[in-house]
Amino acid sequence: MEGLSPEEWTAVRLSLKVAFVAMAASLIPGIAIAFLLERGRFWGRQALDVLVHLPLVLPPVVVGWFLLIGFGRRGPIGAFLAEHFGIVFSFRWTGAALACAIMGFPLLVRAIRLSIAAVDRKLEDAAGTLGAHPVWVFGVVTLPLILPGIIAGMVLSFAKAMGEFGATITFVSSIPGETQTIPSAIYAYTQVPGGEGGAMRLTLVSIVISIAALWLSEWLARRVRGRVHA
Amino acid sequence: MILDVGIEHEQGAFALQASFQSDGKLTALFGPSGSGKTTIVNAIGGLVRPDHARIVVQGRVLVDTKANIVVPKHRRRIGYVFQEGRLFPHLNVWHNLLFGRWFTPKGERTASFDHVVDLLGIGHLLDRRPSTLSGGEKQRVAIGRALLADPQLLLMDEPLASLDEARKAEIYPYIERLRDEGRVPIVLVSHSVAEIARLATSVVVLSEGKVVASGPAVEVLRHTHSFAQGGLTEAGALIEAQVSGHDAAYDLTVLQAKAGTLSVPRLSHPVGTSLRVRLRARDIILSLKVPEGLSALNVLPGFISSIDNAEGASVDVQLDCGGDPVVARVTRKSVEELGLKPGLAVHAIIKSIAFDPEALGVASAENM
Repeated sequence: MEGLSPEEWTAVRLSLKVAFVAMAASLIPGIAIAFLLERGRFWGRQALDVLVHLPLVLPPVVVGWFLLIGFGRRGPIGAFLAEHFGIVFSFRWTGAALACAIMGFPLLVRAIRLSIAAVDRKLEDAAGTLGAHPVWVFGVVTLPLILPGIIAGMVLSFAKAMGEFGATITFVSSIPGETQTIPSAIYAYTQVPGGEGGAMRLTLVSIVISIAALWLSEWLARRVRGRVHA
Repeated sequence: MILDVGIEHEQGAFALQASFQSDGKLTALFGPSGSGKTTIVNAIGGLVRPDHARIVVQGRVLVDTKANIVVPKHRRRIGYVFQEGRLFPHLNVWHNLLFGRWFTPKGERTASFDHVVDLLGIGHLLDRRPSTLSGGEKQRVAIGRALLADPQLLLMDEPLASLDEARKAEIYPYIERLRDEGRVPIVLVSHSVAEIARLATSVVVLSEGKVVASGPAVEVLRHTHSFAQGGLTEAGALIEAQVSGHDAAYDLTVLQAKAGTLSVPRLSHPVGTSLRVRLRARDIILSLKVPEGLSALNVLPGFISSIDNAEGASVDVQLDCGGDPVVARVTRKSVEELGLKPGLAVHAIIKSIAFDPEALGVASAENM
């Protein structure tokens, strides 16, 4: 079997970039929302919970459609961002990252939220009696204790982004070199005669990346868990 | 005044209404489960916000709900040793110990790391993770961690409750050293009279959210009515005694108190050690004459100083034996038949076996 063609390499690089950016960009909002949902007592918490989980249950195409009308050139948010910040999502790789981030967000939040629920709040109280301001308590006690959950959430988010297809192709289409990630490229290969070779190669790459991500997260989680758990 | 506390707090069906003051080096909060002990220390430590309260520690107002003052817990400078240790699992012992120090203003870091580590005997544990420590080691590290934050007061909420007898025996001497050093006053929550008899200089007795007795340990522990809640069998006298010799042939240790000599089952303390010994009221028999032909080894002559009024069959007779206070639990019938009354000369008889080794503490006279 021959190596990857330049076009295939482009799709792999783009997929990695999109998945990494989607994961990184959703990390801090993910931690914040997980805390709000787990610890917050405010009006509308249920509604927020449902909103965050919607991408998990909606058809991806529906999410892509919402993104298209919201973040497209003419969409209210898209127009605003383009005009004031020069950020354009539609038919750009950034749009693919946005779609992937939103599709992976519930997985990220769920993993982090579970680890927050598992934190012994008595340890936070103990840190308080030792003179630590709540912000410090979060930084030096809570955050290290939920690190395994954060890592798990990041891997899920990354893996979801690597495989995301429906929302991405609906929102930003499948433009080679710009928005054609591995799944879009595989799909494109299956639509042309003689494309089986390319589809197979990209499928193998996809499997290798997924296994590597899983292995990396297991390794990280084991290192962290050994330190965190009593 | 080290501690001045007045708290009114309601939590569901439980109502706490307690006020007390203490100047003791080690103040014990004593009472059965649900009497409000932990709520009080949590209010002092800032983990519970009481409905109405005024809490003053070493002259500093921590809570005064009338004046709308509630100092947040991280600015109280109150050390807290929890029942279950609560060491940070992601940090090693060394980092756990120094945790509070990061947050202590530089000018106020007076506790010496080496001294605390030495005092608690934890120098060999510094590289270890909390998960690898024994229960007793965890509690010693937890005490060290609280001390190294330079607290104005150290709260200990049943710090030994989860440990077996052997581990408790391992920790007691460290708490005694801490108390006798006297740098940080201690508030200890306990439901064990033996523990209090061994460690406390002042005692606050709680029952159903109310203070039923408070004062110096020697005074409070002598009076049965402090222990209305099932503690009737626990009243007893605390006296100071020196180890004057060991009798290897019979496996006994001889103690010298003001009241006289006491033989007890062999102790490991060297000759000359000062001990605080608890003589339980229920273990003491009174006799009008010098007893003869008895198996009990200890006979202390003295005078009746007072007789506590008590309901039911038994009465506590307070004695003065050569300056040591002793208390005996006898029946009201015996009081009448023997004609016991204040001023009468009697002999207190105590079985050697009756000594409660758990309640036996090393003590300096000033802490009695």
